[in-house]
Amino acid sequence: MNPEFFVISLLNGVSYGLLLFMLSSGLTLIFSMMGVLNFAHTSFYMLGAYFAFTISGVVGFWPALVLAPLVVFVLGAAFERYCLRRVHKFGHVPELLVTFGLSYLILEVVQLVWGRSTVPYGLPEQLQGPLFSLYGTQFPKSRSFVMLVAMLMLVSVWLLLTRTRIGLVIQAALKYPDMVEALGHNVPRVFMLVFGGGAALAGLAGVIGGNTYVTEPAMAGSVGSIIFVVVVVGGMGSLAGAFLASLLIGLVQTFAVALDYSLIHVFKAVGVAVTDQTFGYPLLKLTISQVAPILPYLFLVLILIFRPKGLLGTRED
Amino acid sequence: MKFAIKAVAASVILASAGGAFAQKGETVKIAWLDPLSGLMAAVGTNQLKSFQFIAEEFNKKNSAGVKFEIIGIDNKLSPQETTSALRSAMDQGARYVVQGNGSGPALAIMDALEKHNARNPGKEVLFLNYAAVDPDLTNSKCSYWHFRLDADTSMKMEALTTYMKDLPEVKKVYLINQNYSHGHQVSKFAKEMMQRKRPDVQFVGDDLHPLAQVRDFSPYIAKIKQSGADSVITGNWGSDLALLIKAANDAGLNNVNFYTYYGSVTGSPTAMGPAAAGRVYMVAYAHMNLPGELNKIVVDYKKKFNDDMYTGAVYHAFTMLSEGFTKAKSTDPVKVAAAFEGMKFKSFNGEVEMRKTDHQLQQGLFISKWEKAGGKFPIDSENTGYTFVPLKYYEPYVASTPTSCQMKRP
Repeated sequence: MNPEFFVISLLNGVSYGLLLFMLSSGLTLIFSMMGVLNFAHTSFYMLGAYFAFTISGVVGFWPALVLAPLVVFVLGAAFERYCLRRVHKFGHVPELLVTFGLSYLILEVVQLVWGRSTVPYGLPEQLQGPLFSLYGTQFPKSRSFVMLVAMLMLVSVWLLLTRTRIGLVIQAALKYPDMVEALGHNVPRVFMLVFGGGAALAGLAGVIGGNTYVTEPAMAGSVGSIIFVVVVVGGMGSLAGAFLASLLIGLVQTFAVALDYSLIHVFKAVGVAVTDQTFGYPLLKLTISQVAPILPYLFLVLILIFRPKGLLGTRED
Repeated sequence: MKFAIKAVAASVILASAGGAFAQKGETVKIAWLDPLSGLMAAVGTNQLKSFQFIAEEFNKKNSAGVKFEIIGIDNKLSPQETTSALRSAMDQGARYVVQGNGSGPALAIMDALEKHNARNPGKEVLFLNYAAVDPDLTNSKCSYWHFRLDADTSMKMEALTTYMKDLPEVKKVYLINQNYSHGHQVSKFAKEMMQRKRPDVQFVGDDLHPLAQVRDFSPYIAKIKQSGADSVITGNWGSDLALLIKAANDAGLNNVNFYTYYGSVTGSPTAMGPAAAGRVYMVAYAHMNLPGELNKIVVDYKKKFNDDMYTGAVYHAFTMLSEGFTKAKSTDPVKVAAAFEGMKFKSFNGEVEMRKTDHQLQQGLFISKWEKAGGKFPIDSENTGYTFVPLKYYEPYVASTPTSCQMKRP
């Protein structure tokens, strides 16, 4: 691995990790605040991308960057207010199921409205093209923009939660809802805002991820599993943990692609010859690069075995 | 104009009345079993629409005078679901089945039909495979009831390597494919055939990645760049091709050419856009700007659905069925299967022949390149303003590959 490849891969890994963080932060937030594991989270991501596509066609990309997450916020809040709140009293499983159902509903609606094919959602002129060139490989502005927005988002969410009155109320409502209610705060409304806010964060990720990658109906399903990995590995409900886990997974996946080593090399190193007659040859010949995209799931299993609360998680249950 | 159509219709009716064929006026039900949900839903939906649209066109006039009716059933891209979808299609009276996405479901249909047709004489069902390209389907696993209208992986690679061998700039080739049977075969045939034609070409990479799992292809692009490759051969389709090319565009990998199988399939044209112009090649039996009857279909389809009609094999299917019915003077699959064997007909890519030994259509192949649409090639892909412009046409014998099929005939 030469330095050129190392630096490029580092940048790729970090920018992919930051997109994962944008995606999973809302899920983490909702889970830590309300204890609801939102299965429809990536559907809000998809909605963000599609809304941004439609809105940017009318008023341009920059207003869409603000408007699309706002629309998703309203939808998320409305879902909490009129649906999730009603099933809340029946416990966790119905809550989970209703979000699961919502994800199917959103998928069908998206296919009805925008069709099943890819939509041509592109970035504005200012964000196209390379930002800088390293050893002849360009680093696109779009990816830098993802990194910038993710960092801004992290900082503002953190400031909101720790430095403002609203943040104070949100945090208190999480731990002592009765006390907060007795003090005259509207706790159900706080929950509604938190759910909407989490959905809006996913929507924002969609606005940016939708054109960095491809906007199509399968986009929600394809990132669905990976963000659960991020949330579990980072520690259920820990924003900092999600941040750490996203970067880690982004980097692991990126660098693993470069490693063309398999178990055969390991056996060779200890002096055991492996041929295609050896038992389990198809498994032995798999290289690390071939399994790179599924490494996060291996990571997930290992974390669940050795540190069930996740890297920075605090919940023991 | 209206008068002209009427006149043509009248003369067609008169001409066919003279023949007094047994099948005239019959309705032929064709079951379409492909994905309408999940990862490949966009591709499946497009192809179902293609079948329905072209069926309407053929219902206006076809040499056999039959009416086609399409029954579309979602097989969820799974061999298991395909078998039950096939059962339901046969219950609805379909005696012709078409399928194309994935060789797994294709094999499931072939297995099921072998048994069904042996046990139910008089109720045989025929299978027209319009896109499943695993060479095994017409070699070790060939079946009398299966007819393939697409060119298989080995045929396409034969044409592609024949084109690439004359390019002096091709020195270092990188293979990146999906880690399942199709990807393995593209990689295998690329190495074998290139070795034979250009032993000096080096293979500097052979990556296999999980199917539809990779969101970010930039690590692979960094790897391709590091390897010093000048060409990439890939059999990727769907989002795996779209994201690969998009990542290459983003990284400014503009001194590497991509040789693809499925550049025109839903999603990829949008992802390629202007940035990939002149750098992406495709091997296929068709392109968007073919002349003749297909041209009208492509234009009308785009007008009606605002989508591309890229599966030319659908046209093959209806032409072959119509001519097969005429030749057999019947729509009975047993008689039609016999008529199909060795049948030659004229299609959009020259004269094609359904080879008797393995039921693989022998057809001409095009090598085309992603360029700005216009001039002689005005029809673009996915409204991008760009299209695959044909560079070279190979006659059927060039791309033809031998078969090892030992067919059991009833």
